[in-house]
Amino acid sequence: MSDAPSISREQLAQQFRRFINPEYVISDSETQKPYECDGLSMYCEMPMLVVLPETVDQVQEVMRICHQQGVPVVARGAGTGLCAGAMPNEEGIVLSLAKFNRILSIDAKARTARVQPGVRNLAISEACASYGLYYGPDPSSQIACTIGGNVAENSGGVHCLKYGLTVHNILQIEMITVEGDKVTVGSEGLDSCGMDLLALLTGSEGLLGIITEITVKLLPIPEQAQVVVAGFDSVKKAGDAVGGVISRGIIPAGLEMMDTHAICAAEDFAQAGYPKDAKALLLCEVDGTAEEVYEHIELVENLFAELGATSVRTSQNESERALLWKGRKSAFPAVGRISPDYYCMDGTIPRGQLAHVLTEMEKMSEHYGLRVANVFHAGDGNLHPLILFDANIPGEFDKTEEFGGKILELCVEVGGCITGEHGVGIEKIRQMPVQFNDQELAQFQRIKDAFDPGWTLNPGKGIPILKRCQEYRAISTETTKVAPQ
Amino acid sequence: MNDISLALQEQVISARSEGRKIAIVGGGSKAFMGRQIEAEPLALAEHRGIISYHPVELVLRVRAGTPLTEIIAALDEQDQMLAFDPPQFGPTSTIGGTLACNQSGPGRPWQGSVRDHVLGIQLINGLGEHLRFGGQVMKNVAGYDVSRLMAGSMGTLGVITEISLKVLPKPAMELTLVEEMDAYRAIEVMNQRAGLPKPMTAACWSQGKLYTRLAGAASAVDATANHWSGQPLEEAEQFWQQLRDQQLFYFTGDKPLWRFSVGSAAENPDLDGSWLIDWGGSQRWLRASAELESMQDKAAQMGGQVALFRGGDRSSEVFHPQPLALQQIQKRIKNSFDPDGVFNPGRLYRWL
Ligand SMILES: Cc1cc2nc3c(=O)[nH]c(=O)nc-3n(C[C@H](O)[C@H](O)[C@H](O)COP(=O)(O)OP(=O)(O)OC[C@H]3O[C@@H](n4cnc5c(N)ncnc54)[C@H](O)[C@@H]3O)c2cc1C
Repeated sequence: MSDAPSISREQLAQQFRRFINPEYVISDSETQKPYECDGLSMYCEMPMLVVLPETVDQVQEVMRICHQQGVPVVARGAGTGLCAGAMPNEEGIVLSLAKFNRILSIDAKARTARVQPGVRNLAISEACASYGLYYGPDPSSQIACTIGGNVAENSGGVHCLKYGLTVHNILQIEMITVEGDKVTVGSEGLDSCGMDLLALLTGSEGLLGIITEITVKLLPIPEQAQVVVAGFDSVKKAGDAVGGVISRGIIPAGLEMMDTHAICAAEDFAQAGYPKDAKALLLCEVDGTAEEVYEHIELVENLFAELGATSVRTSQNESERALLWKGRKSAFPAVGRISPDYYCMDGTIPRGQLAHVLTEMEKMSEHYGLRVANVFHAGDGNLHPLILFDANIPGEFDKTEEFGGKILELCVEVGGCITGEHGVGIEKIRQMPVQFNDQELAQFQRIKDAFDPGWTLNPGKGIPILKRCQEYRAISTETTKVAPQ
Repeated sequence: MNDISLALQEQVISARSEGRKIAIVGGGSKAFMGRQIEAEPLALAEHRGIISYHPVELVLRVRAGTPLTEIIAALDEQDQMLAFDPPQFGPTSTIGGTLACNQSGPGRPWQGSVRDHVLGIQLINGLGEHLRFGGQVMKNVAGYDVSRLMAGSMGTLGVITEISLKVLPKPAMELTLVEEMDAYRAIEVMNQRAGLPKPMTAACWSQGKLYTRLAGAASAVDATANHWSGQPLEEAEQFWQQLRDQQLFYFTGDKPLWRFSVGSAAENPDLDGSWLIDWGGSQRWLRASAELESMQDKAAQMGGQVALFRGGDRSSEVFHPQPLALQQIQKRIKNSFDPDGVFNPGRLYRWL
């Protein structure tokens, strides 16, 4: 562990301004304000400096200086993360990759694209569309979030049941180490010799290096895609229907579930035509060739009806498909309208445990007197319970957090885990010891040491420090908590 | 069904305290891979059995020494499969060795690799600690992805004792098209076809012929087959199995076998020796007597890496050399798992 840096804000800013456009070295708090948090605005902190380098050379120089001075570095993409992973460090800099927003090349024949980390997820698919190609993982935040952030979080999306997570869809990354060295991990081939560093770095939350370039795989745009939306009068029936689809040998492109609160909120927001009286809603998308979709859609429709769906509707054209998805994709902001604040959890469970977990959650909801709306990547067991609360009521956020923690513990108890795609960040660091024992956490720490012996990359996030660093031990009590604006 | 993990743990602890080195052995079917090393074998073959299998969850949890044949037989009963279709270089091939050596079959570009399907592992590290990473759920981003880090590590980080995998339903129908063409043209056609939204699951060029496999809903397979050139191949299943397990005539004889893992559309370099192209162009085999240094340059030009897969000199380096910065990172990672260098010393690289 390094001691607190001794260099002053102004000294550091001066050093950076020698090689970075001075406008992009932000030291005043007013201009820094937008960087104080990520998508989890309950956690805020002001950094020492924000820098926005424009070239990889500049990133390397920034890293060298910070390494020399022991200054913490927090990488930042679009700041849409939901675990306070990009929240600044008081004694460190925020290294924004916002200027790295170029698609460097598209190889349509080999179906790959080389992109800078600040490119928005959706922008890749848009740029490749004319070749009949797209980038698979589609987080609901895809309009805004960056591919660099996606790699750092191993982000998923509604289509990852069939097309995989970020880790399945990238070939190569260029990374700047904490010392400022440039390394390339992976290749244009599908694997590389030696241990799989690409996998290790994916989802490492900015704790192991700064990603400055990514080669992604591209997929052919399916000939056809249709979505079936089915309402059910019980969560159990909907859960069984999910298992039913998979038992028939169909892997849908996406298989999502929403509960009553989420259905109503999404319907009021998007007017997608969801049945508001349903207890659970399934969205099942099938894609492929026209023949395959035709065959599978019929199967899915019949199956849902057989398993007790109270309503079944299938998209007949692209605009209807987009509308039916709009409700789901805007579920978070929609829930934001029915409550002053909401807190999004991200646990995963074996699918068979769904009914049990939802029942338990309902009990907790009563216990804490807080409503929960559920959005669920049902196909792959990833729950997003949204706890509704009002930050202006004193103590309510603390209660919310405690409730959230209990949900995650329940997920682990039934054989799942504390985060499926949003990452640990600061938010779930207290639940890490629930999922992992001390020996496992110590192994994580040694991996961190292998890349960043001084622990200056995104300190205090992702991996809790158990014994060796007393100052971080109290992390759960020290973390700044500020009510959302 | 047999859990000998405690005994394994004890053997690791005693080897460490006595300064002995261990060579981890699954079924021994991949003994020809990697560098030759001197160390005491630690056998995993008895640590076997399926711990749980939930077809509806698409999740299988097995001990690492379980033979692939046993796993595949259990999946067959439920009409499911290991989508990465692992090579069986012998009847004893285990799932642990498959992950450690990152071995996947011809469908890899479309159906994913073993590392893509790993959900979690248990591992005995060099300190003799039995650790658990990942789990039995499809998504898990808590902590570093140690499970996938194992892929290709050739046993240098620890003893994998247990693996949880995602399994998938078998396709309703498979059909293979075959047609004559040269390698240059085959690379073009493979990449062109892979860029279309059609149910392709394998593409290989061997001895003047392009083989394209289609799999999925019967209607989709038929419609595509009618549209694409090439004749249906009889006994196609056997062809893909022999390709996967390196039993085709191409793989016979003692000539060193090089594996190029490269950009799918890269032009084949002009080299003495005969080629076989798999994985839609991403995995290319070459039978040739050559030096690693010269192969390495060619592979780099093709956007990828090379390894001396079988035969040749196995006391020198056999894997694509790593730049210094990556060597250092991998040495440190090795050190973080196995500080005394107990496991498979030098199997992957001389310096590891
Ligand atoms: C409405 C909404 C919906 C969402 N839906 C989904 C969803 O469906 N699926 C999903 O997985 N996530 C979802 N998210 C979460 C979030 O969008 C993802 O985690 C996303 O990948 C974050 O990208 P970002 O560019 O905003 O990264 P940031 O929030 O800026 O950063 C995230 C983390 O990555 C690190 N980082 C960023 N860039 C780099 C880099 N170049 N090198 C190294 N480290 C870096 C940061 O330090 C931080 O730890 C959603 C968020 C919102 C607000």
